[in-house]
Amino acid sequence: MADERIPAATQVEQTVLGADEIILNMGPQHPSTHGVLRVKLRLDGEKVIGSECVIGYLHRGVEKIAEHRTYQQFAPYVDRMDYVAAVSNGLGYCEAVEKLLGAEAPPRARVIRTILTEMQRIASHLFWLGTHALDIGALTPLFYCLREREEILKIFEKFCGARLTTHAFRIGGLQYEAYDELEKDVERFCLPFDKRVDEYESLLTENRIWVQRTKGIGILTAKEAIDYGASGPVLRASGVKWDIRKAMPYAAYDQYKFEIPTGKNGDTYDRYLVRMEEMRQSRLICLQAIENIPAGPIMGKVGKVLKPPPGEVYHAIEAPKGELGYYIISDGTTQPYRVRIRPPSLINLEAFDKMIRGHLVADVVAIIGTLDIVLGEVDR
Amino acid sequence: MANDPEEKQPSASSPTEPSAPTPPAAAGTPAPKPPAAPAAAAAKPPAVAAPPRPPAPPKEGPVALDNELVKRYKEKFGPGILEAWTDRRQAILVVARELLAEIALYSRDTEKFDWLSDLTTVDWPKREKRFDVVLNMYSFEKNERLRLKAQATADERVPSVQGIWTTANWMEREVYDMFGIIFEGHPDLKRILLPDEWQGFPLRKDYDILTQDTAWVRENLGIESGQ
Repeated sequence: MADERIPAATQVEQTVLGADEIILNMGPQHPSTHGVLRVKLRLDGEKVIGSECVIGYLHRGVEKIAEHRTYQQFAPYVDRMDYVAAVSNGLGYCEAVEKLLGAEAPPRARVIRTILTEMQRIASHLFWLGTHALDIGALTPLFYCLREREEILKIFEKFCGARLTTHAFRIGGLQYEAYDELEKDVERFCLPFDKRVDEYESLLTENRIWVQRTKGIGILTAKEAIDYGASGPVLRASGVKWDIRKAMPYAAYDQYKFEIPTGKNGDTYDRYLVRMEEMRQSRLICLQAIENIPAGPIMGKVGKVLKPPPGEVYHAIEAPKGELGYYIISDGTTQPYRVRIRPPSLINLEAFDKMIRGHLVADVVAIIGTLDIVLGEVDR
Repeated sequence: MANDPEEKQPSASSPTEPSAPTPPAAAGTPAPKPPAAPAAAAAKPPAVAAPPRPPAPPKEGPVALDNELVKRYKEKFGPGILEAWTDRRQAILVVARELLAEIALYSRDTEKFDWLSDLTTVDWPKREKRFDVVLNMYSFEKNERLRLKAQATADERVPSVQGIWTTANWMEREVYDMFGIIFEGHPDLKRILLPDEWQGFPLRKDYDILTQDTAWVRENLGIESGQ
């Protein structure tokens, strides 16, 4: 793999037209970069022959902050990384600390966590779909997507009072008992939702412009995707059937039946189809989960002061964007010695240069969109 | 989590349920604090303390590991494998820094740990070799994770694994950015998250955040930071 690597972006190449190559700066304030991403593009005419992502505009030093907070105090910070999927971030962190403690959330808490996390996956994918389509020029899906997402955010609001930075879970379980209507609300959302996904698909899947803008754009083969460390839908669209929910089940995922959608070509169109199918699968998980939410306590046996025994743990979950890993080291005190967060967005973005080479400037927005990055998570 | 098959540690044979939990020598983890136990014992009457939970200790904290996988690594690299243990049932190998790239290549090609999920560093300033460069690898074939650690001092260079997994490119840049570790053979080692002119390496334990911050604000923005 090492020898077939593409030269670094700084290397000079002969342009086809024999003209000087142009360096074009895009961002950090550009509507299609989904936040403060800056991309330096090297152009030959309109063709991109190299690129460099400049990140860090939203860097807040979350890993350093963690070393100066107790385990519970740090929990709200993780919501602010991937702020369109805060529930997933919280789940990963809580489970990692629980593993470090040797504690476990009770079954009821685990099922409720699963429901909310899957709702969050749907919300995150909806937001991705709306903005991705908007970038490529399809304005309509955004309105539909946000309409549905709003329903999910309302459920979160009823559950914990917050819509985006939810801090929905606590280390050891849940702080709040589920409100009475939770099952009904989830059901009311989920039952018609597959029709809704069909509706979005009718707007896009066979839309000629959409197909032309996405098919064959930003291809990543399975081998390349693994080499680039891609995870989540980006990896699966390349044909690797791997989902942490199946491979190493956490929360209550081992109790539910669902499929792992994969793509064949690893292009933008396949990634679109994979995420659409994932929304349907998440809906199925939610519907199965609300059938039977076990009764019982919602908090496991963890103390008020958390002092995990010295040692370390790496715990990863399948966040909407990919593998979200927490590597936490305890020195036996109330504060973590080190917290490393493996952000899926950052690692997926790394493949951007590979994907954009040879395509046109207009495809840059398609590829940024298809990677589904959130800059809060890229920069942390 | 009880229902968590992830805990499967890399082994060709049966899971090693260790009889003698030998914590790894001073290297990886800080020594468990002895004062905590007597204090707790003093608070409660000693009668209640001992009997109820004997199975607890092997579950948490590091335990020495010696299974087929470790044997294969030791056979191949001999003294290059310094230590092996599991922590929370996750396997960890401490390897010689000079051999890191070779061992990573062997892990990818022969042991099929073909996906590098994470590369990071931990700072232990009191140790002689203060940095642990940590690689978290995953094998799709075995559905297992394995962690490699290599120790380095602040001046020692660490072999880059960017040629083995392209994804390590940005991860190593981030480690350089935050810890100042130089990766030998990295094609473009520069800061990634912080501005290029940033002084110091923030995730080092001895990074004085206030002084650095005030100095940076004064120099670059020409105002007093007010911190």
